[in-house]
Amino acid sequence: MNKEEQEKSNRRNFLKLGLLAGGGVIAGTGITKVLSEEPETGEKVKVLTTDGKVMEVDSCHMNHPALSNKEMRKGIHGKKFVMVIDLARCGNARKCVEGCQEMHHKTPPTEWIKVKRMEDEGNPNPYWLPQPCFHCDNPPCTKVCPVDATFKREDGLVLIDNDRCIGCRFCMAACPYNSRSFNWAEPEVPEGTVMGEYSIEKSFPAKKGTVEKCDFCPDMAREGKLPDCVTACPNGTIFFGDANEDAVTNGEDTFRLSELLKKRAGYRLLEDLGTEPRVYYLPPVNRNFPFEEDTVNHNTEDYQVTLHKKL
Amino acid sequence: MSMEHQILTPEIIEKQTKRREEMREDILRPLDKTSLAGKLWIAFLVVIMLIGGYAYYQQLKYGLIVTGLRDYASWGIYISNFVFFVAISLVGALISSVLRFTNFTWYRPITRIAEIIAVAGVIWAGLIIIIDMGRPERLLNVFLHPRLQSPILWDIVVITTYLTTSVLLLYLPLLPGIAICRNRLTDKPKWQRWMYKFFALGWNGTELQWKIMKRSIKMLCIIIIPLAISIHTVTSWLFAMTLRPGWDSTNFGPYFVAGAFLAGTACVIIGMYVFRKFYHLEKYITEVHFDHMGKLLVFLCLVYAYFNLNEYFVPYYKMKGAEAKLLTSLFSGQFAGLYWSAQILGMLLPACLLIFRKMRTPGIVTFFAVPVVVFAWVKRYLIVTPILLNPYLPIQNVPESWKNYFPTWQEMAIVSASLAGVLLIITIFARLFPIISIWETLENEGIELEDLDKLKKEKV
Repeated sequence: MNKEEQEKSNRRNFLKLGLLAGGGVIAGTGITKVLSEEPETGEKVKVLTTDGKVMEVDSCHMNHPALSNKEMRKGIHGKKFVMVIDLARCGNARKCVEGCQEMHHKTPPTEWIKVKRMEDEGNPNPYWLPQPCFHCDNPPCTKVCPVDATFKREDGLVLIDNDRCIGCRFCMAACPYNSRSFNWAEPEVPEGTVMGEYSIEKSFPAKKGTVEKCDFCPDMAREGKLPDCVTACPNGTIFFGDANEDAVTNGEDTFRLSELLKKRAGYRLLEDLGTEPRVYYLPPVNRNFPFEEDTVNHNTEDYQVTLHKKL
Repeated sequence: MSMEHQILTPEIIEKQTKRREEMREDILRPLDKTSLAGKLWIAFLVVIMLIGGYAYYQQLKYGLIVTGLRDYASWGIYISNFVFFVAISLVGALISSVLRFTNFTWYRPITRIAEIIAVAGVIWAGLIIIIDMGRPERLLNVFLHPRLQSPILWDIVVITTYLTTSVLLLYLPLLPGIAICRNRLTDKPKWQRWMYKFFALGWNGTELQWKIMKRSIKMLCIIIIPLAISIHTVTSWLFAMTLRPGWDSTNFGPYFVAGAFLAGTACVIIGMYVFRKFYHLEKYITEVHFDHMGKLLVFLCLVYAYFNLNEYFVPYYKMKGAEAKLLTSLFSGQFAGLYWSAQILGMLLPACLLIFRKMRTPGIVTFFAVPVVVFAWVKRYLIVTPILLNPYLPIQNVPESWKNYFPTWQEMAIVSASLAGVLLIITIFARLFPIISIWETLENEGIELEDLDKLKKEKV
């Protein structure tokens, strides 16, 4: 890696971090606490302190103090996470699906982000549509939860506390987009996965008999990283960012959110339901790829297969 | 009906005493001995419940994976069954309360059948909803972290209140009956005698006791009407509060309540027929009762048909995007067979045929009540499953089994067990207590309240 590239990569790191001032603030408090305890990694990262100064610190200090469940219910202060999906860039590579599954240790057929073949009525011009959870601002799912196990945070995220969920699945019935999945059996994790303590922000380890879904990876955001679906996409289809800062990035390109939505006629899915999604779509015009039908059948096996072996 | 002003000559008193005795004999006779058929019936129910228990053990062990439910069809026959049980439980309020406020008295011998169906239904509604939960051991979270915005919380509140009120409405009018059992069934096992003694609450039939009881019943009858309407309205809101095409309907509350009265009435008709036949109660549950219940069934079918018209025809006329897909699958697609059977056999045909007086014999009325109950269950399946399988966004890249829903043997066993559970509660109740309210029936015949005899005799 030559110097120029390194600089560029550092700048990119910084850009991502810039989106996460709140994360930085918490990192700032983290630094004072752990400064002397952690071994240095030698890798420097730039962070924004509470008073707006850019500081360079060792990456080991980017580990945050463990947050309690209560703090995780509040969210990252000052943030309004938002996602923009550019349908013109999606070529159904399904890398977002795989990236998400890998990051959250999910096995097929569970998909927290789905890629669907869509065809608008009266327009025989199909396109691919990646569909994560929309983290609605008027979420039908959190309203119906009898135990407040799924909730809306101040940073816009809709998350689930799997330690509290009673598994009534009312939220699944209430979600008009079917964004939610259920742990019908004891969750299977890929071999060699480190389980660790349960965290709402990691949505892991998954718990049998509870509901789960795309969480916009707030644990990554706290570390100044983008969700895996964003970084896994080879075409830069998915942009993630902060509406308060009016910026979204796919890791390569960064756009001003308001301008992007205006210029590219951004819209939200099923807007008339009034759920106020936090995920915007850019229409599939001037596409990067011609549409090609998917010839592979995905997720053909149900979990039942392993169950039958058990029974 | 009342003979309050009649002068009680010794002849009349004698006649009344005789009638009273006769009725006590008739109604307590079935409690004497359980026939072989009766024992086999109980054994049959217990076996079904044991199979269901084993299926539930598997579900607890492996998770809801043993069901046919998956991420799209995330609710299935447990929820349909829940709605069905809530529905049949409404009839308790209809028969013993709504009719009480009319000037009719013919319904009085069947109030107890209606009330026990209501109690058994609402108990199992509560249980089946726990069975549907992914984490039943966390049930207490509902009280530890309650969230009042959730219709589930409302449902818990109204269902527990309705259960309490229904139990009281079953129990209070039963007091004189239990006292009779206490006084007469002295050859029963010790526990049973003790139970009668305990539950009779020292009932002696004093004037004050009658007064308190009657006043309490009247109060309960008033309370139970709004409660009954709320339990089913709130149950309908579990669906109507969502945005899904097919559930997102303002018609759902009255549509559910109307359907519930219909289903419950049909259940009571079947109950009447069975008890009449096996307990030889022809003198008390008469052809007149079947004639009246037949008329009530027709009326309720027509009311339900009206709400169905609103529920299905109005959206059908518009054929709005996502709703069109659902309606097509109901009217002419995958679910058409079940849908039209439910509408025709479970609603329209009984309404058309039972209109004719000649059809309203016990046998024929019961013959039509059976499909009304069966298709009431099917209808609730059609209210849950097709809607979940026809969401706004297409179902893609999922295993074939996720695109459809078919209950597994475990689900069917558990649902059968819950139905058996309802029947078992009714059966055991009817084995221990008089299934016809003796004093209400006597009152209906113009015979003074039985336990006042002493008092009256003294007067004369």
